[in-house]
Amino acid sequence: MEDAIVLKYQVIDGEFQRAGEVSSDVKHKLKQMGVPANIVRKVAIAMYEGEVNMVIHANGGEITVEITPEQIKMILADVGPGIPDVEKAMTAGFSTASDATRNLGFGAGMGLPNMKKNTDSLDIETLLGEGTTITMIVKL
Amino acid sequence: MTVKDLIDKNWYKVINEGDETEREIGKVFCCDLLSIAMGKAPADCAWVTVMGNINTLAVATLADAAVVILAENAQLDANAASKAAQQGVTVLATEMPIFDAALQIYRALNA
Ligand SMILES: Nc1ncnc2c1ncn2[C@@H]1O[C@H](COP(=O)(O)OP(=O)(O)OP(=O)(O)O)[C@@H](O)[C@H]1O
Ligand SMILES: [Mg+2]
Repeated sequence: MEDAIVLKYQVIDGEFQRAGEVSSDVKHKLKQMGVPANIVRKVAIAMYEGEVNMVIHANGGEITVEITPEQIKMILADVGPGIPDVEKAMTAGFSTASDATRNLGFGAGMGLPNMKKNTDSLDIETLLGEGTTITMIVKL
Repeated sequence: MTVKDLIDKNWYKVINEGDETEREIGKVFCCDLLSIAMGKAPADCAWVTVMGNINTLAVATLADAAVVILAENAQLDANAASKAAQQGVTVLATEMPIFDAALQIYRALNA
């Protein structure tokens, strides 16, 4: 993939006020590149959910976006606690969000299901105490 | 009905007039939980909620809502207000309960 456009971002732990900034920036750039609106929307939704999870459940990390004429690949790598039971975490309604984050409107347990629904593939690699890397692909 | 048409009805207080007020409003959508809104709010919707924090603005922008209506006299906090201005999101406010505000918009859309 020699002609891939690569974007890299840092996500900072606990920065609720800034959660969504990476997704907004990616959305803006994809729009400028002329990516169709329905694809941009899917990427924006999937990425926002992943970005927020990095802020509220993990300790921040790094997001890499690779854009080729065929697909948009998002790699969200955090240095958080890891996910003990991925299948359970993927279940609609499952959430370990704290009361403080619930008060902000998070914690419906729909983030991961939204990521799955809006992407063509979703892969979760996680190691307890080490972190989680989520790779999502949206085909163009 | 465009966002501007809705503003011009003077039903709601204008908290922030966004960039795209000529946009047609599609459906009305109600929910306060962010990731349910993210998953279910249709593009171009009028989103009625009581959550006035910055995350509401992020979801509205990313899910392509046409306008946000804060019901029950919910306030936008300062960070959210600057985000609304910066992202060009139209935010309106009312003392009405969520259902009543949504019904009013629904009726106007289907008149
Ligand atoms: N990056 C992550 N690191 C550690 N745990 C995670 C991570 N992402 C998700 N989880 C776990 O999976 C659960 C479900 O995540 P999901 O995004 O579906 O829901 P939520 O974040 O709890 O609430 P919502 O996204 O609806 O606001 C979380 O509550 C958390 O326990
Ligand atoms: Mg989540």
